[in-house]
Amino acid sequence: MSYELIGISVLWLFLYGYLIVASIDFGAGFFAYYAKVTKRDHIINQIISRYLSPVWEVTNVFLVFFFVGIVGFFPKSAYYFGSALLVPASFAIILLAIRGSFYAFENYGSKQNNVYMFLYGATGLLIPASLSTALTISEGGFITEANGVVSLNYLELFTSPLSWSIVGLAITALLFISASFLTYYASRAKDIDALNLVRKWALFWATPTIIMALTTMIALSQRNERHFDNMLDLWWVFGLSIAFFAIGMGLLYIGKYYGVAFIAIMLQFFFAFFGYGVAKYPYLLDPYVSVHDSVTSDAMAIALIIAFIGGLLLLVPSLILLMRLFLFNADYAKGKK
Amino acid sequence: MEFDTVIMSRLITAMTLGFHIIFATLGVGVPLFISIAEFIGIKKRDDHYILLAKRWARGFVITVAIGVVTGTAIGLQLSLVWPNFMQLAGNVIALPLFMEVFAFFFEAIFLGIYLYTWNRFKNPYIHWLFSIPVLIGAGISALFITTVNSFMNTPDGFMMENGEFAAVNPIAAMLNPSTPTRVAHVLGGSYVTVAAILATIAAFALLRKKGAQQYHKKALKLTVISMFVFSIVTAVAGDASAKFLAEHQPEKLAAAEWHFETEKNADLILFGWLNEDNEVVGEIRLPGFLSFLAHGNFMAEVTGLEATPENERPPLWIHYMFDLMVSIGMFLVGISFIYLLFSIIKKWNANNKLFLWLMVLSGPLAMLAVEFGWIYAEEGRQPWILRGYMTVQEAATSSPYITHMFFLFLLLYIVLGTLCVITLRKLFKDNPAELELEKNTPVFEEGVDK
Repeated sequence: MSYELIGISVLWLFLYGYLIVASIDFGAGFFAYYAKVTKRDHIINQIISRYLSPVWEVTNVFLVFFFVGIVGFFPKSAYYFGSALLVPASFAIILLAIRGSFYAFENYGSKQNNVYMFLYGATGLLIPASLSTALTISEGGFITEANGVVSLNYLELFTSPLSWSIVGLAITALLFISASFLTYYASRAKDIDALNLVRKWALFWATPTIIMALTTMIALSQRNERHFDNMLDLWWVFGLSIAFFAIGMGLLYIGKYYGVAFIAIMLQFFFAFFGYGVAKYPYLLDPYVSVHDSVTSDAMAIALIIAFIGGLLLLVPSLILLMRLFLFNADYAKGKK
Repeated sequence: MEFDTVIMSRLITAMTLGFHIIFATLGVGVPLFISIAEFIGIKKRDDHYILLAKRWARGFVITVAIGVVTGTAIGLQLSLVWPNFMQLAGNVIALPLFMEVFAFFFEAIFLGIYLYTWNRFKNPYIHWLFSIPVLIGAGISALFITTVNSFMNTPDGFMMENGEFAAVNPIAAMLNPSTPTRVAHVLGGSYVTVAAILATIAAFALLRKKGAQQYHKKALKLTVISMFVFSIVTAVAGDASAKFLAEHQPEKLAAAEWHFETEKNADLILFGWLNEDNEVVGEIRLPGFLSFLAHGNFMAEVTGLEATPENERPPLWIHYMFDLMVSIGMFLVGISFIYLLFSIIKKWNANNKLFLWLMVLSGPLAMLAVEFGWIYAEEGRQPWILRGYMTVQEAATSSPYITHMFFLFLLLYIVLGTLCVITLRKLFKDNPAELELEKNTPVFEEGVDK
């Protein structure tokens, strides 16, 4: 396996990691606010804040990891994405800043401030929308390069069915992932009221998620035929994704084995996300940046891969410890510790 | 138009970093003091120190949140605002940037664990142990990011081929000539600044003469001792930096010292200003001291600014930044030394009013010194973004939206800064130390902190 292939695979894995943890986090923020508005906050807010408090900072690092990694491995992408995404990415930064710091203000400072809760919930849906711009423009046709100036065609972006489908998919998927995780977490905490509520949400959000996934496929077939055809060639990967979706939904529906259900849903997105990514190969940004435009020297590629491995050896045990202490610690989830 | 985007690119980066380093400095330093306080508390079985650790940790969470989000901002802005720079230098600085993120990840994980396991373990040392990865992660991420900035000052570890970096040696690039002195100066500076800020809080509480005097006195003593130690370390590292600059970046030192002509036995210029003909007026002149500062020898030759082509010279106003930074550093060494002298000689009162007021001043001054020193270091390598290879003009984005983004971020930092102050005030004002001491007396004898 070539260095750049290892690089992009690991980075894609981290982006997938971000997709899962950020979805849980963003969705939880939205649900917390929604529950408050519908006067059901007493049922689920404790579950949500007990899960989020120790991990919110970790979620953010997954994102930083990805973008530092991608400009490290593929410096050319910094030039194109950096030039084109100044505005949407700046908005994402600002929303992330509001979200992260207001979470701290709310939870460690003044308790129960409605404005903070609203911003926390709203930014959770807007951040994926602004971040998904990067995925949209990577399909090609949204940016132009003239006289050494790279610019993003906003009219094209805002009128494209693809960009709106991706935004819709991002939002519905995150609500679905988040609700199914919260269902599992509530079942660990043996909190029946919370469980019933979030289970209903998980079942509800499954349908729009699948609809948006199909819409996105159709929009993609019009925008980037090569990518779409590659995805059709990988039909079995998406088949697996749908199979895991069926398993997850079945378990949620009969109301048993919520842990397995959540793992099935994670696998559903794993296969869909990797199928999408592999079909995209070799382009990071069609047609300007391909995987082959990676770091110019082998020494740096090797150093980066060693840093990856070393870092993972440090991170994985630490993450396991974190999860054992909070996520999978039934006493903590129940609020006894 | 092109010129405008360069100015705005510089301003937006300066603003984001200027705001970020306040919280980054706290982020590097505070975990060390939390850890020290908790350790002393466990060892001496002294509730006061445990409470210190708890209260510092509580305030720390708020500042860390802003540190994280502004750090994310500057991380992304590197590519958004300086796309050409990242395309070129990404080949070389990828490794330290990446390792910085690992260190940050490590810190984030253990900070979460540390904050939420105060009462979990029978053996109190287990909880204390979780503070170690936090402070190590914080220190190491400062180290890695400083190597990146050092690389921009003294690029090393590559060959230039057709306008691209080739034959990159990632380790040599990280351990470039300016790395050792800068890392020492940045880490020492962060610790001394945080010590000073925590001393400010304690001194202010003592001046108000209310509540738990013993608690605040212990806090003051702990932080002032640390302040003394780290201010000496920082000063030594600063001196090494000056000697380094004389050899590798003479134009930066020359501009800071208004040293125009290359000469032996060069004078050190303190303060003063420049008149219309660019002549130094109103200065204090220490004969031969610049030679001594630069080379450890009063007769040594110091390169003047004239040796640098005119369009590659840094602005002369960095002299003020340099002087202010050094003066504040000296003040911190002095005040902490006198305080310690007074507290060793028992019959003198170290906690007298004058000292306490000076201590109250020292925290904000130290943070200002961080900003001045940083401005000096960054402006001192103008017009280069990569000294000798790429100017900031070539590196900046050409997007006209950069101006809008500047005001958007300005607004964001105003909001964040204001809310941070309000939240911190509320957090501590409504719940003073004496109240907490009263209502939860930790039972340490049984090994459980309830």
